Amino acid sequence: MEFDGERILDGINLYFNDHEFLTLLGPSGCGKTTTLRIIGGFLTPTSGTVTFDGKVINDLPPYKRQINTVFQRYALFPHLDVYDNIAFGLKVAKLPKDEIHRRVNEMLEIVSLKGYENRSIDSLSGGQQQRVAIARALVNQPKVLLLDEPLAALDLRLRKDMQNELKRIQRSTGITFIYVTHDQEEALSMSDTVVVMDKGRIQQIGRPEDIYNEPKNAFVADFIGESNILDGVMLSDYKVRFFGRVFDCVDAGFNPNEPVDVVIRPEDIDIVPANQGHLVGTVTGITFKGLNYDIIVEFKGFKWLIQTTDYHSVGSVIGIRLNPEDIHIMHKSEYSGLFGDYSSYSAEYDELTEDAEDEEE
Amino acid sequence: MKRANRFITILIFIFLYIPMAVLIVASFNTGKDITQFQGFTLNQYARLFQDSGLLKLLGNSLIVSVLASFIATAFGTVAAVGIHNLNPRMRKAAMTLTNIPMTNPDIVTGVSLSLLFVFVGTQLLGQRNSLTFWTLLIAHITFNLPYVILNVMPKLKQMDSSLTDAAMDLGCTHVQAFFKVTLHEIMPGIVSGAIMAFTMSLDDFVISYFVSGLDFVTLPVEIYSYTKKPLHPKIYAMFTLLFLLILVLMVAMNLIQLYADKKKTASHRAGM
Amino acid sequence: MKKNNAVLLSTPYLLWMAAFTLIPLGVVCYYALTDPATGAFSLRNLRDLGMYLPVLWQSIVYSLAAAAICLVLGYPVAYYIAQCGQTAQKLLYMLVMLPMCMSFLLRTLAWVGLLQDTGIINTLLGKLGIGPLRLIRTPGAVILGMVYNYLPYMILPLYSIIVKIDRRLIEAAEDLGCNGVQVFGRVILPLSVPGILSGLTMVFVPSVSTFYISQKLGGTDTVLIGDVIERQFKQGNNPNLGAALSLVLMVLVFVCTGIMNRFGGDSEEGGVIV
Repeated sequence: MEFDGERILDGINLYFNDHEFLTLLGPSGCGKTTTLRIIGGFLTPTSGTVTFDGKVINDLPPYKRQINTVFQRYALFPHLDVYDNIAFGLKVAKLPKDEIHRRVNEMLEIVSLKGYENRSIDSLSGGQQQRVAIARALVNQPKVLLLDEPLAALDLRLRKDMQNELKRIQRSTGITFIYVTHDQEEALSMSDTVVVMDKGRIQQIGRPEDIYNEPKNAFVADFIGESNILDGVMLSDYKVRFFGRVFDCVDAGFNPNEPVDVVIRPEDIDIVPANQGHLVGTVTGITFKGLNYDIIVEFKGFKWLIQTTDYHSVGSVIGIRLNPEDIHIMHKSEYSGLFGDYSSYSAEYDELTEDAEDEEE
Repeated sequence: MKRANRFITILIFIFLYIPMAVLIVASFNTGKDITQFQGFTLNQYARLFQDSGLLKLLGNSLIVSVLASFIATAFGTVAAVGIHNLNPRMRKAAMTLTNIPMTNPDIVTGVSLSLLFVFVGTQLLGQRNSLTFWTLLIAHITFNLPYVILNVMPKLKQMDSSLTDAAMDLGCTHVQAFFKVTLHEIMPGIVSGAIMAFTMSLDDFVISYFVSGLDFVTLPVEIYSYTKKPLHPKIYAMFTLLFLLILVLMVAMNLIQLYADKKKTASHRAGM
Repeated sequence: MKKNNAVLLSTPYLLWMAAFTLIPLGVVCYYALTDPATGAFSLRNLRDLGMYLPVLWQSIVYSLAAAAICLVLGYPVAYYIAQCGQTAQKLLYMLVMLPMCMSFLLRTLAWVGLLQDTGIINTLLGKLGIGPLRLIRTPGAVILGMVYNYLPYMILPLYSIIVKIDRRLIEAAEDLGCNGVQVFGRVILPLSVPGILSGLTMVFVPSVSTFYISQKLGGTDTVLIGDVIERQFKQGNNPNLGAALSLVLMVLVFVCTGIMNRFGGDSEEGGVIV
């Protein structure tokens, strides 16, 4: 897919199954919205095909597709009230009046907006507008519902509620949901399948657990949760060397002595007294996070992020143990060396969090 | 400082309205001279309505301005939607073209159109009298179009573009989406564009002066040709009536808008 | 597909505007470069332009004076309106607009009645034992006519810029130690520059090209370029010379708006009134 001469999507090959909750996850500008717009029919790909029920629909305009969309900022029609917004698609399709009435009321029930029929869109809260947008799309009984960051404009509490709500609606209607978000937590908690995208390419497709536990490359490892990513060498199956030490691991199938990226999740690391550790390091920073402490530990000049429920003061020397299943091995990729280094921890980490919050505003 | 500004503002409004007051007072004058008020009378109004020539001129003006502003509004709205969706380079070129009649002095627009009409009429079509009602109408549509475009374009820009996507997503064709959604969103721009086009057209003298022929003349052009001799006071009566009409229109428009705003904020509060 | 629709919808308009703005300007050039008698190519009209340089200069001076006066008078008014409450703003805005909708010919004629030697002002002055003063047929009367007719074109763009200035910027300036005058000089005035520029343009352009105001309020020594053009077309029957003069006027105006736009930045909104 090219847009104004710029390559936005490259080699996207995706299959959607019926009744599935599938999420396109990636940072802004990764091509997830473009993918969605191609599926919705708002963009025509410059190459490649879009098929639906076995038919190529590249040139089928949006109004002829059995697909509906929940737009990013809802795109509710300000000149119509709640009822007329929901009834819009049915009226365009010229359904009989009583059927429109029945289906709209059914939908109002599902999204818990009974009694709001004649309210103007302006008078609704963000969460209510969100529900209207969902109802307006679902009332047409599409085969596929596309949702473009539908919860991005809501505050945290409401977002959690709506996540459950959406999941419930998806289960009860059995409609395929294709959901776009940059929020990894949202993606992991709601989806049957997660598609991680970056730079117009699919980085990994899989069940949420697989994506989290077996990231395919440094980008995925870093984007989904926190990760320490180290250079290592795969000596043979189940043996990896990093930091001058050989560890047992559960991965196999690499070439002998292949350089690899080693991922260790901050919450998987066990802290032990210094004399019992596989590695010994010095605590250089600690931040209270509510559920746990994020501590930064320096090992021979490299800084790791470790999450622990115990307090360790700055300057104390601790040991760590790594179990074989805590060590994840990935082939080297274009992302190697870009992520998973916490040397400049405090500044970078805070900045990233702020950015993420800004985006969500 | 605020008090000083207030004082200046009052003086400026007096300055702006004194000449109009003079004209209105003159419309009730028994004498013909605008500078001397001799006595009160409503005769000028009666004479105005008996003067079929004057009423015909007013009718001419209304015909041209209603037609021109109506055509320009429909044509301009469609064009604005098109221009809005052009790529940025083409859009810039289109806006430059739109701005030419806006920045060009009226006299240049009038002269250039009149030369075009005369050139095409006499040299190419061999007409003897090439300035007609139609040339006048074309000229008015041409200078009205930019007002419509410049009022509609910002509304299109403000409009959430996903609204039309949403309409199409829900089964509308491009045309249906325009009538069901886009039109509602840009309506305020269309209305203000149409009103501006109409008043500009109605009041236009300079361009009409150059492009109108002898067989179809608008009121301002005729007033200009009168002014060699003293004006008849019934013209002042017409001015007064037009003044009242426009005043009423403007107040009504403002009240409607005020009412709509109030309703909106009220329903906003109810939702909180 | 969307692109094709856009082209389809905009092309008729672009063709119309090309036919009735660009081509006429081409025709003006054609007339300017042909001999009135023979219709052959000639530079005579351009050579004759030299005669009219003093008139052109006078037009520019009068219009600049009118634009400057409009700025000085219009700014306090725009500023005052912008500070009023919502309803008052709407009302005052309407009152500024209203004169623009009324026949400018008749309103200018009213000034004749006010200013002429036996006019209303002189009559009133006479009762006070002053005068009669020579008010009409002076450069001052012409400039007054320009200021009177085009003052709303100054007030409206100024108002729409000033009213958009964020109140918090003024509070921030006060917070940082500016007094009232400094707030105005350092924050409000710089921020209203786009409005000032578009106001100046919108007063200057119609002023420099007017012929009615100078005919009614001016005398024999206050002839403007617009008068000369009008005479070439309507009385002198030398449209070729008139075309050449129009060309000069157009170049002048485009140079002026070019300069204004350079300093004013985004011109897409600057030209819109109301």
